[in-house]
Amino acid sequence: MDLSAINPVLLIAAIISAATPVLLAAIGETVVEKSGVLNLGVEGMMIIGAVTGFIVAVNTGDPLIGFAMAAVGGAGLSLLFAFLTQVALANQVASGLALTLFGLGLSALMGQSYVGIKPPRMPDMPFGDLPNMPVIGPIVFGHDAIVYVGLLLVALTWAVLKFTRAGLILRAVGENHDAAHALGYKVKRIRTMAIMFGGACAGLGGAHISLIRVPQWTEGMTAGVGWIALALVVFASWKPWRVLLGAYLFGGISQLQLNLQGAGVAIPVEYLAMSPYIVTIVVLVILSADKSRAPASLGRTFHASG
Amino acid sequence: MKFGKLLTSAVLALGLAGGAAFAQDKTKVGFVYVGPVGDGGWTYEHDQGRKAVEEAFGDAVETVYVENVAEGPDSERVMTQMALDGADLIFTTSFGYMDPTINVAAKFPNVKFEHATGYKRADNVSTYSARFYEGRAVQGHIAGKMTKSNIVGYIASFPIPEVIRGINSAYLHASKVNPDVEFKIIWVYTWFDPAKEADAAKALIEQGADVVLQHTDSTAPQAAAAEAGGVVTFGQASDMAEYGPFPRVSSIIDNWAPYYVARTKAVMDGTWESVDTWDGIPTGMVEIGEITDAVPADVKEEALAMIEAMRTGAYHPFTGPINKQDGSAWLGEGETADDGTLAGMSFYIEGVDGEIPN
Repeated sequence: MDLSAINPVLLIAAIISAATPVLLAAIGETVVEKSGVLNLGVEGMMIIGAVTGFIVAVNTGDPLIGFAMAAVGGAGLSLLFAFLTQVALANQVASGLALTLFGLGLSALMGQSYVGIKPPRMPDMPFGDLPNMPVIGPIVFGHDAIVYVGLLLVALTWAVLKFTRAGLILRAVGENHDAAHALGYKVKRIRTMAIMFGGACAGLGGAHISLIRVPQWTEGMTAGVGWIALALVVFASWKPWRVLLGAYLFGGISQLQLNLQGAGVAIPVEYLAMSPYIVTIVVLVILSADKSRAPASLGRTFHASG
Repeated sequence: MKFGKLLTSAVLALGLAGGAAFAQDKTKVGFVYVGPVGDGGWTYEHDQGRKAVEEAFGDAVETVYVENVAEGPDSERVMTQMALDGADLIFTTSFGYMDPTINVAAKFPNVKFEHATGYKRADNVSTYSARFYEGRAVQGHIAGKMTKSNIVGYIASFPIPEVIRGINSAYLHASKVNPDVEFKIIWVYTWFDPAKEADAAKALIEQGADVVLQHTDSTAPQAAAAEAGGVVTFGQASDMAEYGPFPRVSSIIDNWAPYYVARTKAVMDGTWESVDTWDGIPTGMVEIGEITDAVPADVKEEALAMIEAMRTGAYHPFTGPINKQDGSAWLGEGETADDGTLAGMSFYIEGVDGEIPN
């Protein structure tokens, strides 16, 4: 065993970066579910974001445009879901699953000629010399822009849901869509906007994988991150800061266990490999022992006549 | 009215398609893949084999495949569906399909099954695999010569004999040319997860590895090594030439095409029998991708000589004296490993650190 091989500063920096895709997807889905819609298509929207961002970044040479288009791509696919569930009043679970399958297939088709290509590098943040500071530098200032966008979105989501009128309306729609409708709120319009926000976030998260974390395009490269994001939202009891905690816990322990294996720690590998799932679930379940519960209208179809 | 019309034409179209399918007597060959065909590695090469079958027999065959099939019960469902849809021959291309293949084969005695890298056979189930450890020997040799930090990282997938054999073979040949070399092994418990593979590669590189070997299917570790700079990698299962000449300095290529064509032919001719095939460099089932100029000329020459010696059968990668990890003797001086032991290999050789997960 050689723990000195692990550099804690690099490890923490890696954790923050690795948690970003799942964090983005989960914060988007939190807003969607807060509005009373269950979109199981996160994985599909992520992979569409991953491939759209990659294609645009390669063709324009600018990763930032890539990320912007990834968000548009994710939101675009989510519109399909919005149409199915809000206009055609289809079952949300089935539509979400279909969205994932469709996204995986479509992304494979779109990305066919982009296998093995290197994307342009993300420009560094304009922090000057700050990232070179010992310890704090790599942890706080050493990241790409999307990491900060993710953190910002968590704070914004929390503030909007808790303190603003828009947040109140969104929650009202999620808790009781009939009452919200009776008060004159446009339930479908609000939900569609929430769904698009979720799609854009998932797209950003997917692009973070294809443009920064890996960086390359490979079919099916999100490999289940979307499902983890979905689980995270539930275990975080639909609270933005808990989503952040869960994402960091999950990303953190996933990274830590790889590093511990490399350092030859004498814990059986099986336990290390399952530890991210177990620790994240246990911590969030303990936290959710308070009275928090799912939005009351979650997953229910709304029709103005009913 | 309109909808009814649509429905009618759909039914008509279906009926026509069904009729067409009945009219022909094609040999139907199914493939079950563990990853996507675009993974650039393991599944990609199996799909190349499938395409070779189509090319070889043209209209006489029909191939179908299902990708991203999880190992376990889900794969059983996929195989059953293929068999019900009239497949004559089904290739199941990952170790974890072993028991499902045996189960489904028992239900469809008239369908032939071919399971890759497993060891359970039946009257209608063959097994086939390639001696990847021959390629690992070449990689180990180059890795041992090229590492400056003396730390070689190894991204392992599942603790099964095939993977353990690869680790042993690579370590054996690395330590032969560089006694100070140390292997850091990370088990990722997946065949295909680019993000996780990239994370594992980065963790290894951060811990000082300047050579990263992988036994997973995507090119993500190659990209991570390219990003880090100064780290040597090898293509796994497929050439991964797009990452050459550096970091990817060579590769192991699985060439399944000749085998798939031969087995399909056997089914067409009615000569198919349950067999156990384990081929390597001599028959071309294992190929070594181009060794690039990033490798010093003398090392490249030694590697080529080793490949040639394995091709002619003059050299076996597991030639004694070799001890097991606990120091007990495994192979005596000049003794070579028998296939039975290799096929079920569940121990590290002397010098490899760590324990094999159960």
